Amino acid sequence: MEKEDILTVLRTAFPADVLETSAPFGDPVALVRPASLLEIMTFLKAGPRGFTMLLDLTCVDYPDRPERFEMVYHVFALEGCRRLRLKASLPAADPSIASLSGLWKNADWLEREVYDMFGVRFEGHPNLQRLFMYDGFEGHPLRKDYPLRRRQPRLPMRPES
Amino acid sequence: MTSRLQARARPESLLLNMGPSHPAMHGTIRIMLELDGERILNSEVEVGYLHRGFEKTCENRTWFNLLIYTDRLNYVSPLINNLGYVMTVEKLLGLEVPERAQWIRVLMSELSRVSDHLTCLAAMAMECGAFTVFLYKMKAREFLWDVIEQTTGARMTTSYIRVGGVRADLHPDFEAGVRRGVAETRRVLKDVRGLLDKNKIFLGRTRDIAVMTPENAVAYGWTGPCLRSTGIAYDVRRAQPYLTYDRLDFEIPVGERGDNFDRYLVRMREMEQSLRIIEQCLKPLARTAKAPTGLEPAEAIRAARARRPEQPVRLSPNLEGSEKAVYPEIMAGDKRYVVPPKEDAYTTIEGLIAHFKQFMKGHGLRPPKGEAYFSVEGGNGELGFYIVSDGSDRPYRLHLRAPCFHVVAALEELIRGRYVADVIPTFGSMNMIGGELDR
Amino acid sequence: MPGNFLTTRLDAVLAWGRKFSLFHYPYVTACCGMEYMSAACAHFDIDRFGAGWTRFSPRQSDLLLVVGTIAQKLAPVLKTVYDQMTEPKWVIAFGACTVSGGIYDNYAVVQGVDRIIPVDIYIPGCPPRPEMVLDGLLKLQEKIKTQGQDWRWKKKTS
Repeated sequence: MEKEDILTVLRTAFPADVLETSAPFGDPVALVRPASLLEIMTFLKAGPRGFTMLLDLTCVDYPDRPERFEMVYHVFALEGCRRLRLKASLPAADPSIASLSGLWKNADWLEREVYDMFGVRFEGHPNLQRLFMYDGFEGHPLRKDYPLRRRQPRLPMRPES
Repeated sequence: MTSRLQARARPESLLLNMGPSHPAMHGTIRIMLELDGERILNSEVEVGYLHRGFEKTCENRTWFNLLIYTDRLNYVSPLINNLGYVMTVEKLLGLEVPERAQWIRVLMSELSRVSDHLTCLAAMAMECGAFTVFLYKMKAREFLWDVIEQTTGARMTTSYIRVGGVRADLHPDFEAGVRRGVAETRRVLKDVRGLLDKNKIFLGRTRDIAVMTPENAVAYGWTGPCLRSTGIAYDVRRAQPYLTYDRLDFEIPVGERGDNFDRYLVRMREMEQSLRIIEQCLKPLARTAKAPTGLEPAEAIRAARARRPEQPVRLSPNLEGSEKAVYPEIMAGDKRYVVPPKEDAYTTIEGLIAHFKQFMKGHGLRPPKGEAYFSVEGGNGELGFYIVSDGSDRPYRLHLRAPCFHVVAALEELIRGRYVADVIPTFGSMNMIGGELDR
Repeated sequence: MPGNFLTTRLDAVLAWGRKFSLFHYPYVTACCGMEYMSAACAHFDIDRFGAGWTRFSPRQSDLLLVVGTIAQKLAPVLKTVYDQMTEPKWVIAFGACTVSGGIYDNYAVVQGVDRIIPVDIYIPGCPPRPEMVLDGLLKLQEKIKTQGQDWRWKKKTS
């Protein structure tokens, strides 16, 4: 099957770096070592049957785990409509991972969003600034320890009743 | 606060700020331009002015409650967002949806898609100066919204497509409404094509402006009409059919040059294809209406205290369409995830308990632990939901793959070297929807 | 100088002129913008109430129609636009998000536009039907009708 193939191919090409593979609900998923992410992505993108599109890039916060932040990448190959999800776990203290903006152009804004919302730094990113929140906003909103209803107004406002 | 553009700009160039409150900025985007006369040397696009904390809010709402937030993402095609979210949850649950509900979902999605394209092109044309086109298309949109309102109860933010099916069956008069809406829209599209397709001014503003090559589009992660305008025929409905799209006959219109005019033309043709799909959906959905009869709810509850009433219960008007007789056709039967029919909740203790448990805090819809990604074809492209569930009554993480996010990421590159006036049709043809872009 | 027959007549004429020629600045951000478009177009026409002309400059408009959610990031821009408008000016808060923050009670949304600028008419709804928008506009016209001029500049300062 196509989906099993890609996971086998990955495991054969990067035996030490692909930590775990699975296929929940039919989606192929591979957990990889963060240090080797750029290499694996370059390998996946290359070639005529490569994954030419980066569909999505996001992060999930698991504060109970030692590796708190889990980066999730969805890549897509137009030819054959093949999908693959890659995950990489980052530590809580100073999480950082290689930027994919050299491989795919939309990684630029996607990584800025993750930096804004989670505080993950991307090495090699041309312009790592906040995307959604304004300059001077403190904190990273999508982290689990950021309260939902914390107010950080930019203007003096009438108090809430 | 100095922006990156300001810091890097040449001293002799002019810095111009467009937005965030600007008629052609669709509300909430800021484009800073570095100009040499009227030519754009560099630009910087700033988003986030409509960031409403959707993803964080969803972590704090139950699976059922957060449906209302999904309506307000791509607010011009709200039913498609509902659909994307609900199908992702159904993937997590492994839930099968009844056939009639699937056809209704397709019909509603296509009505939403047509109203999305109508709004996008109306705004684009208005900003180029063609105000008549805007008025014509809004007129057509009203007929479609009338149909949607008849069945769902709301014109825009409907929350109609629910986990397990749809909230209510179609209104008995829906077929007449749909036929009228389709006829009006076809008339409007014909008029608009006559006004714009060979219009020298419109062509001058859109032909060969902001050309996107297919390779570059793929590098940016473009999907949807914008990708199809560059020549790549990728449509989630064809590539990975969901619901009943594999049984429907429709074409995928594709452009050639990837310029603004192609993006306009692809959307116009897609509307024609969507109208074809809508007409094909009418046959499987046809049904003769039956007048509602039976006891009033209060009477039925009183009667049920003694014994289970044999007579049916007539529901109040706002629950029309969700009677027990049609419920199995519009909602899956799994009691763990789906609200029971109201008649059961009024007259039987099991129904009441099942209803109560659906809405009790900590209970109700609770998918098993796991994660899933599912995408549908939204108005702008591949609308994907990545949901992580930890087994509780709220999602652990809900991430939206917004199609117009990737399209707008390419804006800086597309307008470089062009004139200030080219920004307007380029931006208009991209169909940026703030709710989806900024989440 | 107390109000006399002439000033009240003048008041009435000015109010009549103002209420039937409202130039609005549609500060459109989100979903309510779609209902605003519906209200402004052929089916529900606000032009028949005199408010059809959209002026996209705060200097040229007298009605600030705040349509759609105002994020914290956007708040200073709204204040600037309001400050740039010349007197007399009115503000309509259109939609639940502008009235009270709507369904978004979180870090990113201003909980009601009246925390930043004074509001005259609140139109609730998510989004409000175009008929509600027209009703709100008519209420504003009533309010303008009963609003008098400030004739104090004519008083002698003694």
